Amino acid sequence: MKRSRRSFLKIAGISALGIGSKPILNAFSASAPQGDTPQPAVMRKPEALTAKHWAMVIDTTKFKSRDDFKPIIEACHSIHNVPELKNKNHEIKWIWEEGYKHAFPTLENPYFEEKVKDLPFLVLCNHCENPPCVRACPTKATFKRESDGIVLMDFHRCIGCRFCMAACPYGARSFNFRDPRPFIKEEKINLKFPRRTKGVVEKCNFCAERLAVGQLPACVEAANGAIIFGDLADPDSDVRKLVSTNYTIRRKLSLGTSPSVYYIV
Amino acid sequence: MLELALKGSKKYYGWMTLLLGVIGGGFVFYLWQFNFGLGITGMSRDVSWGFYIAQFTFLVGVAASAVMVVLPYYLHDYKAFGRITILGEFLAVASVTMCILFIFVDLGQPMRVVNVILYPTPNSVLFWDMIVLNGYLFLNIIVGWKVLEAERNGIAPPAWVKPLIYLSIPWAVSIHTVTAFLYCGLPGRGFWLTAILAPRFLASAFAAGPAFLILLCLLIRKLTKFDPGKEQIQSLAKIVTYGILMNVFFLVCEVFVVFYSQIPEHMDHMKYLFFGLHGHGVLVPWMWTSVGLMLLAIILLVNPITRQNESVLAVACLAVFAGTWIDKGLGMISGGFVPSPLHHVNEYVPTIPEIIITLGVYATGFLVLTALFKIAVSIKEEIAA
Repeated sequence: MKRSRRSFLKIAGISALGIGSKPILNAFSASAPQGDTPQPAVMRKPEALTAKHWAMVIDTTKFKSRDDFKPIIEACHSIHNVPELKNKNHEIKWIWEEGYKHAFPTLENPYFEEKVKDLPFLVLCNHCENPPCVRACPTKATFKRESDGIVLMDFHRCIGCRFCMAACPYGARSFNFRDPRPFIKEEKINLKFPRRTKGVVEKCNFCAERLAVGQLPACVEAANGAIIFGDLADPDSDVRKLVSTNYTIRRKLSLGTSPSVYYIV
Repeated sequence: MLELALKGSKKYYGWMTLLLGVIGGGFVFYLWQFNFGLGITGMSRDVSWGFYIAQFTFLVGVAASAVMVVLPYYLHDYKAFGRITILGEFLAVASVTMCILFIFVDLGQPMRVVNVILYPTPNSVLFWDMIVLNGYLFLNIIVGWKVLEAERNGIAPPAWVKPLIYLSIPWAVSIHTVTAFLYCGLPGRGFWLTAILAPRFLASAFAAGPAFLILLCLLIRKLTKFDPGKEQIQSLAKIVTYGILMNVFFLVCEVFVVFYSQIPEHMDHMKYLFFGLHGHGVLVPWMWTSVGLMLLAIILLVNPITRQNESVLAVACLAVFAGTWIDKGLGMISGGFVPSPLHHVNEYVPTIPEIIITLGVYATGFLVLTALFKIAVSIKEEIAA
């Protein structure tokens, strides 16, 4: 009797291990042909805005003061149900203001006037062409959309390991250290965009949900022409023209991440 | 053999009850964290990994160090270590258990942990870390158990165990290498972006792990009828000596590269840790204590007269353990996050609930360790009798 219980447990253990490794093996054989089973296709709305490589140009010369940033940040954060947390440790931000020396720490010049060192810049997720956060994520909860290069988050798959936050060299990611819902002002809740739960990471999504219904990103709309958004792969697009005719800088270019957010200075 | 862990002296029961109490306390606080979120810890947007991940990193080293008894015994046929390999393997089991628990308590959404297996992502180092850690846990449980069982029955272990033993040797190196790769492959984190991180981790592991094992051996000799042996302890002491020398040497290499090249992104973290940055420096006294302890240990260990004195050796081992713990369990992780990639200095200090949960995990590890060591030692006593 003892013997058989033992061997049963052994076989059960090995079987459990085998079943558990199935998805792992699948991952390695993912490139194998899937046979004749039809693959699901994503249907696009006719009014959706599409591009091969969405990119953003922030024309910093068009901002007169810090006050110009406020409506932009406000537009983004209210549309995306970003909570206002008082505790700085728990802060969540998608687009925010940084002084020049923080936004471009490698481009500092000691002889800049203090005024210039602290010159405010709008910063957000760079939607890198080669995103380190996507490389780090152990569940593909953050991924680069192949069709248009936007780096997205699946809030329902994220396990909250925060590897992506360690990987991001731009501090673009925030973590829900507590339930964010009580900190979204009732009158501001946007029921068309999901609120998050505690324990997941979030960041700017280039307003993928607005592009899908033919709207430009909220910050672009609120910026009165100071932020330009378009298809960098299209030689006739505004962003492409601006980037080819102006001197632009990108954040931490030496890291090889290739940000899709350009700054005209 | 498991029944041996259930029969013990009053002292044994007392110790286990104490551990269960600490585990219970940690569990209550974990429930609070589970309910509230990781906001009860000292972590922040800028320092997004803290005490838990640091303890995990340190303990991976303790786990990997089992190879320092397995390798001489099985590859070099160093017979003396046959007496204590089981202790090394069981120490690895307890350490990996703690590692896995520390990762678990660090997750924001622990209920979704299976996503790592459901959506396997080979480009993520964390995916590989899951594989190597669990693999190492299984290897050590199976090998340790089978060899001990055979020893008890006075027969040779089954032939299929041998390949697993050989596999466990490179596997031990892999767990700490992969753990280092978690950090050293990240652009924009200058403190970790160094090819010497994995070797550094291994060096400190081969110092801290065997040092801890020596302390455990001395304790076992005191508390039980089993003597792990003078020669064994002295051989371990030599391993600790080389380990701690390598660790300090690697640290010197880091310090040279960082301060001679003067590249701010790399230098600022070291400055923060050892001198403070922009008026912030909670870790400065700790880091110098760590250096002091490691240097003291080197003096005591290199000198054969002090090394061969077991009381002094115990002090040296405590110094090695504490010194490397501060280095890795305190400085290594938060040091990499301060200053932030945007060059803000936001410091990290663990909170009381965070420390209690940490102690709960440690108590779980010690519970596993005590039970496994109790089994091993009882069998050793049985054979000797």
